[in-house]
Amino acid sequence: MSGFSFKIDGVKVTAEEGQTIMEAADAAGIYIPRLCDHEGLRHQGGCRVCTVKAGGRSVAACTQPAAPDLVVENETPHITKLRRDLVGMLFNEGNHLCPICEASGNCELQAMAYRLGMTEPTRFPYLEPCRPVDASHPDIALDTNRCISCGRCVRASADVDGKGIFGYVGRGIHRHIAVGGPDLAHTDAAVTDFAISAEVCPVGCIIRKREGFARPIGDRDYDKHLIGHEIEKKRDE
Amino acid sequence: MPSNPTPNAETDEVALICARYGDDPHRMLDILRDVQDRFRHISRPAMREVSRCTGLTEVAVEGVASFYAFFSDTPKGRITIRLCDDIIDRFAGLAKITAAFEEALGISLGETSADGAFSLETTPCIGMCDQAPAAMINDSIFTALTPEKVRHIAAALKNGQRPEDVISDSFDALTPYERAQRMVKNNIRHAGAVLLGPVPEDAGLKKAITVPSGQIIDTIEKSGLRGCGGAGFTTGMKWRFASKAEKTRRFIICNADEGEPGTFKDRVLLTERPHLLIEGMTIAARAVGAEEGILYLRGEYVYLRDLLEEVLAERRAQGRLGKDILGVPGFNFDIRLQMGAGAYICGEEGALISSCEGLPGEPKTRPPFPVTHGYLGFPTVVNNVETFCHAARIMDRGPQWFFDMGAEGSHGTKLFSVSGDCINPGIYELPYGLSVRELLAMAGGEDAAAVLVGGPSGTMIARDTFDRKLTFDDLATGGAVVVFSRDRNILEIVEYYMSFFVHESCGYCTPCRVGNVFLQKAIGKFRAGLANPADIAYLRDLSATIIETSRCGLGMTSPNPILSTLDNFPLVYSAMVKPPKDRLRATFDIQAAISDGRALAKRRSQIYDTDFSK
Repeated sequence: MSGFSFKIDGVKVTAEEGQTIMEAADAAGIYIPRLCDHEGLRHQGGCRVCTVKAGGRSVAACTQPAAPDLVVENETPHITKLRRDLVGMLFNEGNHLCPICEASGNCELQAMAYRLGMTEPTRFPYLEPCRPVDASHPDIALDTNRCISCGRCVRASADVDGKGIFGYVGRGIHRHIAVGGPDLAHTDAAVTDFAISAEVCPVGCIIRKREGFARPIGDRDYDKHLIGHEIEKKRDE
Repeated sequence: MPSNPTPNAETDEVALICARYGDDPHRMLDILRDVQDRFRHISRPAMREVSRCTGLTEVAVEGVASFYAFFSDTPKGRITIRLCDDIIDRFAGLAKITAAFEEALGISLGETSADGAFSLETTPCIGMCDQAPAAMINDSIFTALTPEKVRHIAAALKNGQRPEDVISDSFDALTPYERAQRMVKNNIRHAGAVLLGPVPEDAGLKKAITVPSGQIIDTIEKSGLRGCGGAGFTTGMKWRFASKAEKTRRFIICNADEGEPGTFKDRVLLTERPHLLIEGMTIAARAVGAEEGILYLRGEYVYLRDLLEEVLAERRAQGRLGKDILGVPGFNFDIRLQMGAGAYICGEEGALISSCEGLPGEPKTRPPFPVTHGYLGFPTVVNNVETFCHAARIMDRGPQWFFDMGAEGSHGTKLFSVSGDCINPGIYELPYGLSVRELLAMAGGEDAAAVLVGGPSGTMIARDTFDRKLTFDDLATGGAVVVFSRDRNILEIVEYYMSFFVHESCGYCTPCRVGNVFLQKAIGKFRAGLANPADIAYLRDLSATIIETSRCGLGMTSPNPILSTLDNFPLVYSAMVKPPKDRLRATFDIQAAISDGRALAKRRSQIYDTDFSK
């Protein structure tokens, strides 16, 4: 059994043995919303935004293997509601003030909220954490108030850069991203690292110094297209 | 701390500790436990040294050190007192016990004394609910505490005695079993036919070596045995999957990390039936072809470590563990004891494996499942203590004997740990299928207003449904049965259990990490009388999202204290809600919101400022 097919929202998708639902969907030009997953990095299954119903069970599409004749629900009102809740949790867990954030317009969290039609505050309480800013490194700053714990920097640094600069410490609501040693300046982080690049951090947490507002508002990644547009474009072609 | 060596001496000693475990990063939990025990904390230089010796990054070491509650990055007292902060302990007088310790030691809860002698803190359920209030003092357990007892203990400790000396002045001369008995009563109230009645030694193992391994699995499957930890997966099927996986190494892991508040049945088996447990693990090893085993003991049960090590050593010496077991050529199996370090989540199968591997106790992505990709990626059977004990008895008495006990779909007997507002808290071994009412009658808890079956991740039922049955299909339980009288405040209980889940969530996935905090805050609103009618729907709605999107069983069950009380005690909630006043949000406290501004402007308020002196 090398290739097989299954259905996402009624659309027939082909997959290879060992592919996850998300991998097969990406290849077919069907976008499944995600935040902690990123092409080229190990799947984590942490943010749960890619939750889909597969064969009646709710699973994370980024880690769940595709299977022959599986029936997957992706963009149904029920699943969209779950995703709004999850994105709402991420917003209220940290301090996300879009109007004053340099990442606005390039931010995947913000873009996801737009895609999911989140236009007003949720009922969730704001946790208003007070997290330190690490500006010790000459070229890089970290504002973890904006971190959504997606861990993309952790995997990028460990698996692609081979440095292992970032990691999770703590447990539960106190679990957060940390760097080895007292601060970023005491690591061998470089602005040229993949982990530091614009595509890895989905929000405005990892900041490359002296690069602010290089692209004007109105001309940014999600100013003209919804998040997921790159993948959905493939289907139109 | 004055008694600590210089930094260089510290790192030298840390290097020696790492060397004891072959600088193996998979033994990180053991390494960090030893560092914590030796230096009373894990310092930044110590983490750096562990990182250097094991080859892990420093942040990875910190990730493990900061995950487990028994590790600390600031120095703890040479004597660390951990008061069990379960709801049962609170109802049994924890506040008075805390006050007595605070007064006797001159420190507040959460503090370490200036001379580094004492730390006083709380810890979630330590599995002593039948003799609450209880506390861990270093590696010893003290139960049924009273303020008088506390004063006596504190005086002795301040006098320089070890906690062990307070338990018995000839502690070191006692056998490990005697020591455990002096510390903890086992309160066996009803012994059933399978586990707590008379058990012939190794009868099951002796039969297991006379049959092919496939037949062992057939026997276990036919008996109808299901996992006793709570999830209830068919044991025989688990063994069969692991036996069929094509790999060179296989592992048997015993989950002795019972942490569900109100559960203490494994504690009793580990004390009274340790040989039966190891026998069961050995039979499992024979069945699936495993040569290596791990017994994962929760950190709170460290007082049983010597007892279990002694049992393992004894069995090795008798040829019942090790090479060519019972003289059967090629039947090799040995077990190492892995201590936990204070993390409820490690009772989850994948998290337990992560913890054995020296990682933070985070569940693993499923699939693949542990039976094919478990410990270090090898096929692994993880079963609960009680499950292994049952398996050994089934091998001796045959599957039909076990199958005929209990109820349809729930065969055999089950250990129930009953605690709370009843006359006879303790362990009851009973066939499945009994009603809650019948169990309450045995335990002297007929006056109960509410019973929590299965701990906080289970179901809270009210008097009108006490005829429900203790089976997998009706009221499933890993063993916890917590009884509450009508004097107890249901919302206080619910708020406590939500704070427990917030404390114990690993934080890997969004809904469990964040959603449970929101639930806890929402219950706080009800408790404070600030909730409005829409908040009831909000509780249900948020709970549904957490259950549906969480990554493991913790998040899939953590809203249960709320949902089952909303269903079974709806008046408790509706009595607390008030319709909101027009355009006002009850939770918004304007004086609290502007208090910082008032302070800056030096406009203090005698009415609103909590501390007018500042």
